[in-house]
Amino acid sequence: MLSKFRYRFLNFWTISTLVLLAFFALALIYPLGSLFLNSFKDGENGFTLQNYITFFTKKYYYTALGHSLSIGIISTLISTGCGVALAYVMHRYNVVLKGALKILFIICLMSPPFIGAYSWILLLGRNGFITGILGKIGIQMPTIYGKTGIVLVFSLSLSCYVFRYVTAALQGIDRSLEEAAESLGASKMRRLFTISLPVVFPAISSVMVIVFMRSLADFGTPLLIGEGYKTMPVLIYNAYLSEMGGDAKMAGAVSVVTVLISLGILLLQKAYIARRNYKMSGLRPPLEVKLTGWKRALVSIPCMIWVFVALLPQIAIIVMSFIRTNGPIFVGGFTLNNYREAIENCGSSIGHSFLYATIAIVFIVIFGIITAYVSVRRRKQGGTLLDTLVMFPYVIPGAVIGICYIVSFNHRPILICGTAIVIVLAYVIRKLPNTVRSSVGVLESIDPSLEEASISLGVPAMKTFFVITARLMLSGVAAGAVLSWISCMNELSSTMLLYSSTTMTMPIAVYTYVCRGNYGIAAALGTIMTISILAALCLVARLTRKTGGII
Amino acid sequence: MSYEVRICDVVKKYGDFHAVDGVSLDIRQGEFFTLLGPSGCGKTTLLRMIAGFNKIDQGEIYFGDRLINNISANKRDIGMVFQNYAVFPHMTVSENVAYGLKARKISKPERTPRVLKALEKVQIENLKDRMPDALSGGQQQRVALARAFVIEPGILLMDEPLSNLDAKLRVQMRSMIRKLQTQLGVTTIYVTHDQEEALAISDRIAVMKDGKVMQVGRPEEIYRKPQNLFVANFIGNSNQIPGEMVDCANKVGTLKLDNGAKSRIKLREDYTGEVIVAVRPEYLYFAEEGIPGTIQLATFLGDFVLYEVELPGGQVINVNEYGNMSHIRKIGDKVKVRFQEEYISVYKNSEEVLSC
Repeated sequence: MLSKFRYRFLNFWTISTLVLLAFFALALIYPLGSLFLNSFKDGENGFTLQNYITFFTKKYYYTALGHSLSIGIISTLISTGCGVALAYVMHRYNVVLKGALKILFIICLMSPPFIGAYSWILLLGRNGFITGILGKIGIQMPTIYGKTGIVLVFSLSLSCYVFRYVTAALQGIDRSLEEAAESLGASKMRRLFTISLPVVFPAISSVMVIVFMRSLADFGTPLLIGEGYKTMPVLIYNAYLSEMGGDAKMAGAVSVVTVLISLGILLLQKAYIARRNYKMSGLRPPLEVKLTGWKRALVSIPCMIWVFVALLPQIAIIVMSFIRTNGPIFVGGFTLNNYREAIENCGSSIGHSFLYATIAIVFIVIFGIITAYVSVRRRKQGGTLLDTLVMFPYVIPGAVIGICYIVSFNHRPILICGTAIVIVLAYVIRKLPNTVRSSVGVLESIDPSLEEASISLGVPAMKTFFVITARLMLSGVAAGAVLSWISCMNELSSTMLLYSSTTMTMPIAVYTYVCRGNYGIAAALGTIMTISILAALCLVARLTRKTGGII
Repeated sequence: MSYEVRICDVVKKYGDFHAVDGVSLDIRQGEFFTLLGPSGCGKTTLLRMIAGFNKIDQGEIYFGDRLINNISANKRDIGMVFQNYAVFPHMTVSENVAYGLKARKISKPERTPRVLKALEKVQIENLKDRMPDALSGGQQQRVALARAFVIEPGILLMDEPLSNLDAKLRVQMRSMIRKLQTQLGVTTIYVTHDQEEALAISDRIAVMKDGKVMQVGRPEEIYRKPQNLFVANFIGNSNQIPGEMVDCANKVGTLKLDNGAKSRIKLREDYTGEVIVAVRPEYLYFAEEGIPGTIQLATFLGDFVLYEVELPGGQVINVNEYGNMSHIRKIGDKVKVRFQEEYISVYKNSEEVLSC
């Protein structure tokens, strides 16, 4: 009887599934549930809808909702339009320096938007570099602060996302589809709008949702460049600050509204693509069209301009990190002083960023591989539930994760607020979805009979997983993990709420120095971040060269 | 040490659907036993239950005296060969073959010669240091085969091992598998949907349909004496001609066909009434007397010509004619068809055979 029980129920996977479910219950459901319940509490812990009524009746709150939505929609449309056009042109034509441009796009993709925001202030702000030059010749630039700036930063950085996703989707089109359209008498333009774009539209709609949710959730950009133009995450942060020590009731209500919007958009898109899952073999991708002369220039120059503009903030930061500063004023002349001061004052936060991101990534990889395995190979034994849970943080802005951790983990029995544990926990929960998705992709390409072959040869299921499956998944997962590591290094929105004086990270330090007006140190720190990201990307490139390229 | 396998009333359910529906089989020690059937008949499901990859919902499976229902796959002492080879892509050929020996804690000095010998048996000893991605499909399947038998399993299980290979290689590999199995004397259970392969390779065959066993027997029994119409049609080709059984006494009856042709047939039981006659194209021949028909199509197939002949009722039957290659009949030719009476099967209905 016992052996029967052990055979059926007590194995590595059941235990792993239970452990992971417990982890999600503790680190996701419990905090989100607490926040949700708090948003319905009145002063005496009774039930009330007052927080929501306040939200929808007070101008302070509902204008922020309007701001977030309008920024989200405008940025999504601009970045999608530009991203799709660039991806199509880069995919189809022999754009000059194509390889280099692609790499530069990936670099743009990896740098956090708030660095872009900061850099645009340096370039086009009140004391900005370009503003100054143009001012001398009498040209008055429109202000970069407020909505314009936010939309500019989002459109540029998010178009790189669109570019990457759509490029991948375009590679899936088989040449024969277009040849068929052509043989049926469709002109090139007609073919583009009736065949090539519609078949990748499900992918475009997916990336539009990602872009929209990112612009809705981004916290650092409106905080830095918004100057009073409040969006939802800023509102959450402010509500939390004003409720310091309280239960985050109003912050909870704002969070719930934000999450519901993300969720609603995601579900709409899922419903839309449910019947539009086009399976394409993509065995023979379309040939690159060789243009010459002015035609080639015509397609190349816009690409180069776009990459240059998207990359300008990075370049500006690197250049300015070497310029002598006095507070917010760059006084001219080259120096390494900024770096010296940055390391003297913020050495610990640089260390923290590396440490937390690295610890988080270890957990992310382990949890990610196991979750992917359970959700692919053991659907019925908790796999589907786990898969749904792990993807949930996908729609939750970082600031909301921050708030609910503060609400839940700031009192007994779990008192971890202010420690590094809570920051790492936030990283793990937030970045796990990406790793799980890429692991699922890798795992689905591994034939289950490999595992069965190993088991049939006498190796127990658990050992088989480590010797065969995990071993085969590793290189693909590792490339995805490095990308997750990068985004942990960049994480600002939940750390902003969770850090204490002893757990400050690099993005927080950058933000703090920008706010204090110490632009030199901020630029030096930003450069250190960029260099770390570049180094990590080189690692990805090495890893993926063997596995066929994830980027 | 090779086992006999006893399968007792085994059931596998997916919801309300019975993938394997009460199968009982006795597989003898050292036998080459094939599960044959169309896709979805439950043959692979049954094999995977024997292997331990599918749970046994009802019934018992014994290896020798050992009930294996609740023994996990890695402890069942099996070797398995998969349809898509399942060669570990991150190990060399010899590492693949050594894998199961390592799991059995067999020391290196003993392991290496065993691996080499196994590779020699499947004739790929020269590829021992290659990685699998540098091997052809046939070579990969040889690795998988060596890997499965090198551990000297009690039972060898094969799940359509040849279906991904091209026709010529399939025939080559099939005789290699059969020779190896005879040498090793290991009880082998082999799954295939290819009836020709099953006939060629097996000691005995179980023909399956809808989760049930339709007939168990030696290849020639199954071919000559199909117990029901499904087996008659699935194994080789059969023409089905409606007829009537009259004047039946002492287990001998007169078979009357629609056109009036009559023949005396030995029966299992006395029966009169409508019957179905199944006869293979090679047991039909053209003669002076017989069922009249018209040639509709002649297909030259090398050692014989396949004729499609339309009977007066509109039914079309296949007739194979051997040895008359100089004179291929033309479309529209009038012919008379007869059959060799000892090779026909007569059925009461689709399930019950009447002829002996």
